[in-house]
Amino acid sequence: MVSAVSFQKVSRHFGSVKAVDAVDLDIEPGEFFAMLGPSGSGKTTCLRLIAGFEQPTSGAISIFGERAEGVPPYRRNVNTVFQDYALFPHLNVLDNVAYGLMVKGIGRAERLKAAEDTLALVRLPGYGSRMPGQLSGGQRQRVALARALVNRPKVLLLDEPLGALDLKLRENMQEELKLLQKSLGVTFIFVTHDQGEALSMADRVAVFNDGHIMQIGTPHDIYQRPASRFVADFVGSSNVLPPEFVKLHSGQMRWASLRPEAIRVKREQDANGIPADVVALNYLGASTRIALDVNGLRLHAMIPAGQPLPEQGERVTISFNREQIHLMDGEA
Amino acid sequence: MSTSAAIASTSAVLPRRGGVLNALSDAFWRNPRLLLFLMLAPPVLWLGVVYLGSLFALLLQSFFSIDEFSGLINREFTLKTYGELLLPSNMDIMIRTVVMAASVTIASAIVAFPIAYFAARYARGKWKALFYLGVMLPLWSSYLVKVYAWKLILAKEGILTWALDKLHLTWLLDAWLSLPVVGGNSLSVSFTGTFIVFVYVWLPFMILPIQAALERVPGNLIEASADLGASPAQTFRNVLFPLALPGIIAGSIFTFSLTLGDYIIPQIIGNSQYFIGQAVYSLQGTAGNIPLAAAFTVVPIVVMGIYLWMARRMGAFDAL
Repeated sequence: MVSAVSFQKVSRHFGSVKAVDAVDLDIEPGEFFAMLGPSGSGKTTCLRLIAGFEQPTSGAISIFGERAEGVPPYRRNVNTVFQDYALFPHLNVLDNVAYGLMVKGIGRAERLKAAEDTLALVRLPGYGSRMPGQLSGGQRQRVALARALVNRPKVLLLDEPLGALDLKLRENMQEELKLLQKSLGVTFIFVTHDQGEALSMADRVAVFNDGHIMQIGTPHDIYQRPASRFVADFVGSSNVLPPEFVKLHSGQMRWASLRPEAIRVKREQDANGIPADVVALNYLGASTRIALDVNGLRLHAMIPAGQPLPEQGERVTISFNREQIHLMDGEA
Repeated sequence: MSTSAAIASTSAVLPRRGGVLNALSDAFWRNPRLLLFLMLAPPVLWLGVVYLGSLFALLLQSFFSIDEFSGLINREFTLKTYGELLLPSNMDIMIRTVVMAASVTIASAIVAFPIAYFAARYARGKWKALFYLGVMLPLWSSYLVKVYAWKLILAKEGILTWALDKLHLTWLLDAWLSLPVVGGNSLSVSFTGTFIVFVYVWLPFMILPIQAALERVPGNLIEASADLGASPAQTFRNVLFPLALPGIIAGSIFTFSLTLGDYIIPQIIGNSQYFIGQAVYSLQGTAGNIPLAAAFTVVPIVVMGIYLWMARRMGAFDAL
């Protein structure tokens, strides 16, 4: 099957800055794909390469099998939901949504009907006559989404789509976006620096750093089996274990990761465990996160609600199963 | 001990700092409207009395008339002066001036837009400084010097004729100069010359407002338009132009009204046919017909009023 988006050794350099460096990437049709990484990692540049706002310095980009280098944005059947929505301030909501159809020369009655239908799809029916300035952030987000979807793009790009929304709204939109994507079957590619968002929404995640992809995989893969220290550090609340510590407990001189929920904390002293000092307790509702100090190494553990909690400054014993230690490649 | 007491005061409310200025600060803080009033009173008085007052005095004068035999002003309200204004010879002056002002405005907008666009979207750092310098520098030298310089440039023996001759394009200039209305003996005594100099002199007043308007258009709106399938021409028509329109209108108010009122440029560069400004100048001077001069000055005010009303109707200020 032909990929929705395919990168072959794609680079985009700005002078001496390698924003994207020899990236290979294949995104399946109908996939909800996340590009995750810190700012400046090249994820947004990748998105702009797909949209056509940037041209690759070298390498090949194809969209549904068609070569895209040198094709301007307005000849790509790809639409973008911009980070700050980029709604046209001088047009009302309906004309904003119908804009893509208007420039394609579709008649007024037909395009306004389509725009109205799409507004209903993003649950903003009847908002057409308002101006963008009169809408809340969440509503603008939906208008931006409708404005992109009304064109029935082959690929929908979302640039930090939920970044400007407050937490509650963000969680609602995450679910809604996912449902919308499944029902439309359109390939969604979204860029985020929020690992929680990437893991909860995407079918697959690419973790970016320094213009390279560090790992591509399902959220489960990325979370459970981070390929490198960077991924473990960035994606999770995972504990990163230095080689010396790993050698002590699993025999190999390698970096490794250990998930907080895999650590058991006991209040009594136990010769089989590792002694640790409780540095801080963070109440999270469903669980409590405990910061521990093990001979200068900082570890985090999760204790589900209802279980007895140690106190700050207390000496406790921690233990974990050896097989929970996930060894990572490189950087020994 | 004394210094630490000054830094860490023991009381929650600090004592009053004495002095008239501090007392005044406290009074202004409690009563902000007082400060606003004191700040606004002088300029409002200036604007109200000196500026609007003289404007009304002028308006009043236009309803007086002049006695043809004695040349004395008859201070009785009459519309006779406005009747005179509508004589064909005076109508010619008004039409000539409005057409010139409109042409200068349109040409300025066309020339200014690309420059303003470059400055707003591309120029950074030293290029931006260079842009401001380039636009403002001509404003630092005297207007008269520039106009006389143009007279030399446009004269029959001037550099423009010479350059066209070297390019073997003299026939083009001659053909243009042989046209009615816009032509003449040389560029410096034709309406074409007047037009060129007007556009040159008022151009900064068009560039700067357009640049300011374009500067406020977020770059991602242009990208969003392209993303939605609009070609660059469609993006210009549907996004860039509507959002720059308030700037273009602001600039056109300058170029249009400055051209409507100018009496020096057409006197130095142009043929002997009058523009409104020249008519006012000669009527209030040698002819001593103050009422007709006043009636003439009402024309640009009315024209600008109609122009702004039309711009508003067309939605030019919706994006403000």
